[in-house]
Amino acid sequence: MSEEGKTSWFARLKNGLKRSSSKLTTGIADIFTKRRLDDDALEEFEDLLITSDLGVTTAAKLSAELAKTRFDKEVDSAEIQQFIADEVAKILEPVAKPLVIDPTKKPHVILVVGVNGSGKTTTIGKLAKTYKDQGLKVMMAAGDTFRAAAVEQLKVWGERTDCPVIARDTGADAAGLAFDAIDQAKREGYDVLLVDTAGRLQNKAHLMDELKKIVRVITKRDETAPHDTLLVLDATTGQNAHSQVETFSQATNVSGLIVTKLDGTAKGGVVVALAEKFGKPVHAIGVGEAAEDLRPFEARSFARSLAGLED
Amino acid sequence: MFEGLSDRLGGVLDKLRKRGALKESDVKEAMREVRVALLEADVALPVVKTFISNATERAIGADVLRSVTPGQMVVKIVHDELKNMLGDGEEINLASTPPVPILMVGLQGSGKTTSSAKIALHLTKKRNKKVLLASLDIYRPAAQQQLKVLADDNGLGILPIVMGEKPVSIAKRAMDMGRKEGYDAVILDTAGRLHIDMELMSEVAQVRDAVNPVETLLVTDAMTGQDSVNVAKEFAEKVGITGIVLTRVDGDARGGAALSMRQITGCPIKMLGVGEKIDEMEAFHPDRIANRILGMGDVVSLVEKAAENIKAEDAEKMAKKLRKGQFDLNDLLSQLKQLQNMGDLSGIMGMLPGMGALKKQMSQTKIDPKLLTHQEAIILSMTPKERENPALIKASRKKRIAAGCGLSVQDVNKLLKQYQTMSTMIKKMGKMGKKGLFGGMPKMDPAMLEGGDMPDLNNLPKGLTGGGGGLPPGFPGLGGGGGMPPGFPGFGKKK
Ligand SMILES: Nc1nc2c(ncn2[C@@H]2O[C@H](COP(=O)(O)OP(=O)(O)OP(=O)(O)O)[C@@H](O)[C@H]2O)c(=O)[nH]1
Ligand SMILES: [Mg+2]
Repeated sequence: MSEEGKTSWFARLKNGLKRSSSKLTTGIADIFTKRRLDDDALEEFEDLLITSDLGVTTAAKLSAELAKTRFDKEVDSAEIQQFIADEVAKILEPVAKPLVIDPTKKPHVILVVGVNGSGKTTTIGKLAKTYKDQGLKVMMAAGDTFRAAAVEQLKVWGERTDCPVIARDTGADAAGLAFDAIDQAKREGYDVLLVDTAGRLQNKAHLMDELKKIVRVITKRDETAPHDTLLVLDATTGQNAHSQVETFSQATNVSGLIVTKLDGTAKGGVVVALAEKFGKPVHAIGVGEAAEDLRPFEARSFARSLAGLED
Repeated sequence: MFEGLSDRLGGVLDKLRKRGALKESDVKEAMREVRVALLEADVALPVVKTFISNATERAIGADVLRSVTPGQMVVKIVHDELKNMLGDGEEINLASTPPVPILMVGLQGSGKTTSSAKIALHLTKKRNKKVLLASLDIYRPAAQQQLKVLADDNGLGILPIVMGEKPVSIAKRAMDMGRKEGYDAVILDTAGRLHIDMELMSEVAQVRDAVNPVETLLVTDAMTGQDSVNVAKEFAEKVGITGIVLTRVDGDARGGAALSMRQITGCPIKMLGVGEKIDEMEAFHPDRIANRILGMGDVVSLVEKAAENIKAEDAEKMAKKLRKGQFDLNDLLSQLKQLQNMGDLSGIMGMLPGMGALKKQMSQTKIDPKLLTHQEAIILSMTPKERENPALIKASRKKRIAAGCGLSVQDVNKLLKQYQTMSTMIKKMGKMGKKGLFGGMPKMDPAMLEGGDMPDLNNLPKGLTGGGGGLPPGFPGLGGGGGMPPGFPGFGKKK
């Protein structure tokens, strides 16, 4: 919680991810200490993947893949871990893309969306820090005009990162606020504008319509904007993440994902299934609550850590 | 929540139900499908395993397979096991010397702050208690402010914020204020924390030791995946919990967390958060949820909800008229009003048996709540005679009515057509017998499955569809916007 940042980010990441995978690792060790890969073993293998939120379909696919070359053969845990790491990395590599700011946009408008409590506001604070550290001029817009004290929350992030926050009172029109923020960012030559939105459940049609309206109004002010729309996903989320990606993408043109709270034990395995199904870029991961706790998403290290392998 | 799971299970179990004789292998096959359905709903793997082995064991028991209706018996077993998995519903415990301390704990973003305010309001309104709120979240920016705004907006007691104070002292100060000012309960909202963050877990344990909470409620998001096992276990071990609050139940998660939590912690689910508004919190009824999952609809909740909003005499009068097949525009008008009072339409639809599909459709076609108001306006600009005898309404009258309510003749036509289909349907249903919708809702219980005397709303006579596009038959005019199932007034009688 305190912004100590003493331990290297890499150590923190590994620490976080190790916790994510420790159960999988023990599980693998339990099942595969030298054992013939029969139907029972395969089923247990699938179950393990399911406990990492990979989902039934992806788990079945990986297990079929494993059976293809290893069925009836002696396997051990190291081999299984390597197999998971390789297969998962293969799936994730195409989606591991950083979010690149186009310096000619002035501002590059980034709209941040997601369900309640997924970590949108915190992620905006972290992104602001990241871009500011790169020497860019960053502005934020407090587009959550619904939730109590959401505006104050983003203002604190403005102070922490020393970036201006455009805000109105709770209850004000979010779309109008975004419009004005773009105006001001253009006038004052900002490179990046991060627009926060209220958390909303994707099955509420009227709230999704409201989001569409925000996009329409942004586009009215700058027809190339929003240049990116980020869906923030909580790593503890299970299979509902599919519905989130699908529905938010229908409402707003979601250009990429950010996965938060990977510093817990949640395995974030659903990301693997999402990559297969939607192919949306995963830009970054959140591994804590401090401003510096945002990391690039790296397929190989994510996959190796998920499989419980040290880098 | 639960629709997805209910669709999946419904499919599997329907197949079974229709079969005559069952072999052990049939049951095992079905259970494999049940297993997948549960896993896709994010039910924790260990819980799924126990569930499947218990249900299978019971289902292949000799008397089941040899019974006359083995398929239905298996469905009932699945229902019972689901109910077991959900445990008993329990109220929030206030049986102690006031002020009773209630501690709210959970991961970041799970919904603790909103739930704290909701529970305070619930205890105030439903149980007549004086409740004090206090935020111990000194970490997340503006968290204390958030709780204060919620309290102030809803007239709830709130502990004044003292900047820089530590959680344990805040908790003690809250209990002091609670004692001095005669509060019945003090709700302590804490910062979200990871169950593996030892420092913060020990901090919340210190708070616990300082106030000895009567309830320690773990707040969990209904969208949580398999990690719920780890979270629940750690909180139960490190802090000790007495109950679960499940949030975002109004989402489209399949509800695995609800099914797992009880099993993993051994603690009852006490409250469900069903919306962003502060009054959107409900007590938890496991048997109803089990019914809902199996697609039987949460009829009991519906009856209660309706009863809260519909005066008993009105309902009685209406039910009588409907039974006789009389139904005029005045009745439609009062139905419209009742529907508006009952709140979110799609919420109501989800409670009706066999309506999962329709509900989905409704959220897709996006029925505008304004439509209800429009329809009301149309009827209101009719003369009393026209309302009693809609056949009077011809072209010129239509124009007058449209002008009167500021809508188009087309809108008037739509409403009349919808009225037509409804009244035809009501006549037919009236003939279907008193046991149906209009005899007061029959109490739902799994045995009904065997009896089969519940009119299946999806199997009403064809031709009643009022141009509703791809809608299941029987719901006239919905596609055209804003119809409603007839007979809501009949629900007014409790059981
Ligand atoms: N441990 C951890 N906590 C996080 C991370 N990201 C966000 N959080 C915490 O999760 C909680 C919710 O984060 P917010 O940023 O307020 O989420 P939001 O999506 O803006 O929430 P609403 O606006 O209420 O919908 C806060 O307590 C954050 O500190 C992360 O990567 N790791
Ligand atoms: Mg926010």
